[in-house]
Amino acid sequence: MIDLLWLIPVLPLLGFAVNGLIGARLPRSVVSAVACGSVALAFALSVACFLDLAALPEHHRVHAITVAEWIGPMNLGWSFLLDPLSSVMILIVTGVGLLIHIYSIGYMWDDDGYWRYFAYLNLFMAMMLTLVLGASLPLLFVGWEGVGLCSYLLIGYWYTKIDCADAGRKAFIVNRIGDASFILGMLLAWTTFGGTFDIAEILARAPERAAASPGTMTAIALLLFGGACGKSAQIPLFIWLPDAMAGPTPVSALIHAATMVTAGVYMVCRMAPLYVLAPGALEVVGVIGATTALAAAAIAMAQDDIKKVLAYSTISQLGYMFMAAGAGAFGAAIFHLTTHAFFKALLFLGSGAVIHALGGEQDMRAMGGLKARLPRTFWFFAAGWVAIAGVPLTSGFFSKDEILHRAWLQNPGLWLAGIVGALMTATYMTRLMGLTFWGRSRVPADKAHHIHEAPTSMAVALGVLAVLSLAGGFMGLPASWLGHPGLFEHWLAPVFEGPELVMTTGRVGPEGILMILSSLAAIGGIFLGLHLWVRRPDLPGRIAARMATLYRFVKGKLFVDELYELIALRPFYAACRAFARFDERAVDGTVNAVGMGMETSGHVLKLFHSGFVRSYALFYLVGAAAVVWYLVG
Amino acid sequence: MGGMAGGIPIGSVLLVSGVLFAMGIVGVLIRRSALVIFMSIELMLNAANLAFVGSARALGSMDGQLFAFFVMTVAAAEAAVGLAIIIALFRRRRTTDVDQVNLLKW
Repeated sequence: MIDLLWLIPVLPLLGFAVNGLIGARLPRSVVSAVACGSVALAFALSVACFLDLAALPEHHRVHAITVAEWIGPMNLGWSFLLDPLSSVMILIVTGVGLLIHIYSIGYMWDDDGYWRYFAYLNLFMAMMLTLVLGASLPLLFVGWEGVGLCSYLLIGYWYTKIDCADAGRKAFIVNRIGDASFILGMLLAWTTFGGTFDIAEILARAPERAAASPGTMTAIALLLFGGACGKSAQIPLFIWLPDAMAGPTPVSALIHAATMVTAGVYMVCRMAPLYVLAPGALEVVGVIGATTALAAAAIAMAQDDIKKVLAYSTISQLGYMFMAAGAGAFGAAIFHLTTHAFFKALLFLGSGAVIHALGGEQDMRAMGGLKARLPRTFWFFAAGWVAIAGVPLTSGFFSKDEILHRAWLQNPGLWLAGIVGALMTATYMTRLMGLTFWGRSRVPADKAHHIHEAPTSMAVALGVLAVLSLAGGFMGLPASWLGHPGLFEHWLAPVFEGPELVMTTGRVGPEGILMILSSLAAIGGIFLGLHLWVRRPDLPGRIAARMATLYRFVKGKLFVDELYELIALRPFYAACRAFARFDERAVDGTVNAVGMGMETSGHVLKLFHSGFVRSYALFYLVGAAAVVWYLVG
Repeated sequence: MGGMAGGIPIGSVLLVSGVLFAMGIVGVLIRRSALVIFMSIELMLNAANLAFVGSARALGSMDGQLFAFFVMTVAAAEAAVGLAIIIALFRRRRTTDVDQVNLLKW
């Protein structure tokens, strides 16, 4: 089966072709069957490939296939690489992707563009799988751009609404900035490593090149990380992700929480051997990750839109993953990526169920008390809530704890940021729960009567994800509990063993104490949230009034959009206006002047054209005389 | 140039030719009747013919005579076309005064 690896991205691509070309004429049931069926097949094939890979001896778990030649002169083929890292990624992408496809059947059933939605979703799956399976940087980049395109198409899915269309454009343009950096990094790698784009070759040649020119290595690592900042919404390029919530909620779950936005983390981990050769770059990754985790968590505290809270939470959790990578804990980053895919997909889909029930309402100020009306959704949502808060024994607890442990070893400053972030995460998620499900109902009367539970297809996806969110952590139990590396760590060891050894040199921290501290942070955050938003709902307003400046700063999303407006957009628009003036005055002016000159000279010359034959004869005579004079004289 | 053309000095021949040509020009410029203008044009053509023939005789070359025949041929064709235009003009406008035929302009 492992040689059918290439089929994994091709299957959803076929689904895209069928639904994209003739989907408009097919009934919804056929469209759903094609879309979900192709992803289900891809998932089955991924599982088969995973099992085949697991059957190989531990240190031979690398399988590369080249399907066809792509760019001959660059010795570049359509090459796919299956190793423990990419096998985990394809399982997440196809697994979570399949659940979200199934969920979408119920969520999007009444939408006119049903076939279009599933065509885009399938194209996204194909591109994301190309990204994680690509064995060379350019092929990875094909997937990278492909998912960016699908993200744009799906954010602007309701393109007749100006906000959605604008959000799609914003996502696309901000990502372009990161992508430009990625391309530069890729080209620098090409010249540095003697003309190869193959990732394995680059990583093999990296140590010797790093010894010769460490600066170049740092430059490559930072340029590639610039691309990751765009795709994974890190400071300073995170501004597009909250706006991306304009798209359908399952899209937010799949693309803007579980898979696409983690592409940057995946890429950094994929290039891990190169990053450990550039400690300066790795430090930047860690600091940016930690800063993003804290800043986004702070913003999430003050948002009223349920999806915006989750969006900032996603940015914050991605920050954790980069913080882990920055601390050299690439395995922990991928572990958190996995558990985050479970619980954040669950939370988004749960919020989708709430929004669905309320007929499109996203403002938490118009929710409250929904536990009684949506008990099933509430329990599923609660599973995601305890997981992201990091309540002990849930999946989020194990992955976050692993990150914090490794951050402590690398730099206690990172750990401090992480633990504060964990406290804030628990608090704002509890706030979300309190405002949505508990307390007094603030739902307007006209909407209150038709609140209904989600259809079965949506509930099935929620249920599976809830189980994974609660129990998913047990595949990555900490080594200190088991006495040997957990399942997840052990599986990824062939990929990350080398780089991680370089980073930690076998240090062991006070893991037990750290674990207790992070449990306390999680539970403390939950109690703080419960106290503020459930038991004393009057308190938050008073606190906000007391610290008005800080509150306004956080509520206004740290005014980053406004900052960009000031430093980038205003000068850009000013330059646009200057160029427009140049165009209107200089370019158009020249053209118009030529035209007017012609016209004026015509007006003058036409006076000679009087219609009197005899005056023509005179001109003729004068002309002839002049010619004779010229020739003779 | 002291050549003779059949006993007449070439200078005299060219003088007569020039005078005829000048009369033609003046006729074209000052007369308003299309017919007279037309005749003046014929006069200029024939002045040129005279210069050609005289020069041919003086130089002992046939080239000039050849040209004179060409000019006569063209003049005959031109007379046919020109007179036809004048007749058509007269039929339409009841006049042959060129100053009253000035519609073709800006």
